[in-house]
Amino acid sequence: MLRFENVGLRYGMGPEVLGDLSFSVEPQSFQFLTGPSGAGKTTLMRLMLLSLRPTRGTIRVFGLDAATLRKNDLTTLRRRIGAVFQDFRLLDHLSTYENVALPLRAMGREEKGYRAEVVELLRWVGLGDRMDAPPPVLSGGEKQRAAIARALIVRPELLLADEPTGNVDPLLARRLLRLFVELHRLGTAVVIATHDLQLMDQFGFARRLTIGGGKLAVFDGLPS
Amino acid sequence: MNEPAVEHVAADEPESAFKTNAPLIPRDSVAGRALVVVIAIMTFLACLTAGGALLVADASKAWRSDVLRDATIQVKPGPHDDVESLVAKAVAIAAQAPAVESAHAYSRAESEKLLEPWLGQGLDLSQLPIPRLILLRLRASGAEDLTALRKALASAVPQAGLDDHRVWAARLGAMARAIVILAAALFVLMIVAMGTAIGFATRGAMAGAREIVEVLHLVGASDAFIAGEFEIHFRGLGLRGAMIGGLAAVAFFATASLLSLSWAHSPGGEEIAAMFGSFALRPLGYLALVVVCGAVTLLTGLLSREIVMRHLQRLP
Repeated sequence: MLRFENVGLRYGMGPEVLGDLSFSVEPQSFQFLTGPSGAGKTTLMRLMLLSLRPTRGTIRVFGLDAATLRKNDLTTLRRRIGAVFQDFRLLDHLSTYENVALPLRAMGREEKGYRAEVVELLRWVGLGDRMDAPPPVLSGGEKQRAAIARALIVRPELLLADEPTGNVDPLLARRLLRLFVELHRLGTAVVIATHDLQLMDQFGFARRLTIGGGKLAVFDGLPS
Repeated sequence: MNEPAVEHVAADEPESAFKTNAPLIPRDSVAGRALVVVIAIMTFLACLTAGGALLVADASKAWRSDVLRDATIQVKPGPHDDVESLVAKAVAIAAQAPAVESAHAYSRAESEKLLEPWLGQGLDLSQLPIPRLILLRLRASGAEDLTALRKALASAVPQAGLDDHRVWAARLGAMARAIVILAAALFVLMIVAMGTAIGFATRGAMAGAREIVEVLHLVGASDAFIAGEFEIHFRGLGLRGAMIGGLAAVAFFATASLLSLSWAHSPGGEEIAAMFGSFALRPLGYLALVVVCGAVTLLTGLLSREIVMRHLQRLP
């Protein structure tokens, strides 16, 4: 599904911030990407989302070499990937409903055709009564859930979530994690970037990709 | 997604209780309002230019058809000629010509009256060799063929000269064409200026909406979809500007038409009427203004779409 081979990244003429990363994300797998702040978790997530190009190595996504992708192919691939950003990246002038429906709208689907689907998902993540609210009036947790709902609405094959529990209390964090686990059980490969060790310990079956000093170590999870 | 992982909020939202399809590019911004003003002014000026050119073209057509349906025979008598018999002979020849509908010879008194504006009143002009004029009204179909009449006059009344006003009409036509070409050039310049303003506004809007464009790309929007959203946004601005400018131009021409009616019998009004006809746009003229407004609206949308597409295609 996603394969990194000797991937390195440097900004300009600076030193390599990530070097020789080789790993893969298999279909229907569940993994945490962890490491100290500033270790490069977000950078690696951006590489996985193909919003950043590596300076060396090969990234293959759904069997395609990212270096040779045409723009149309990139658009098609991104429709198979759901992303939750650390800073949510919701559009402030749209309502919560419109933000969550955005990927479907971008695919050219008619609003009538997806309305029930979006409403159901918003209720599922507990935002049923906030559908008309714009992001600036939502709490941090509500924004988080809206961002997660936007990532899930296309039922992605791969979900990349960058610190999805960073802005919520521990109780809500566990609830959100259970949501990702549910999604994983339904067949989605999940990669969650977090530095919350306690939270990871509660989901011991998950594989851990630990990043530090520009290198990556992979630890398999416990049998579930 | 069988089981809710977080609490289920059973809010029964009626379908119309929330916004569903707001524009992805925010509608109101200072730059947007400024562009509406620029488009309104440019559309107004473009409509004035187009309307003015149509008025001149119509008036020129009327001038030429009027002038070309008239011809004049000028009889210049020698010292011993009987002018009245020469005039009578010329009228008789003219009346027989198939191209001539009617011929009217100016009497001596009428001829002298024609000179009054230059020579003043109360003068005895009987001793002067004043030429006598015969005004011919030509048939619409025969206005082109005066060769036979010219030959007949030359052989029977050599003192008579036929002037069919062709040179004058040609000059009028050339002047009208020059005005229309100038108007067309001004129109093109205004469209170019408006296009430039739209280009600046689009680039400004793209810079302001960089975050939106990034998010749209990340959720799987194609370049064409994003450019389409900008096109919708700018077409809306273009429509607003074109409506304001177009309505102002329609009001201008309607007011000018009403004023020209009230001025029609004043000396100045007659001169304006001679230049621009009745100064009233025909229904086709108003339709032309609507077409200008529609074209401005479409141009605004398509131009911004093209600019956005080019910009997006350059992005890595």
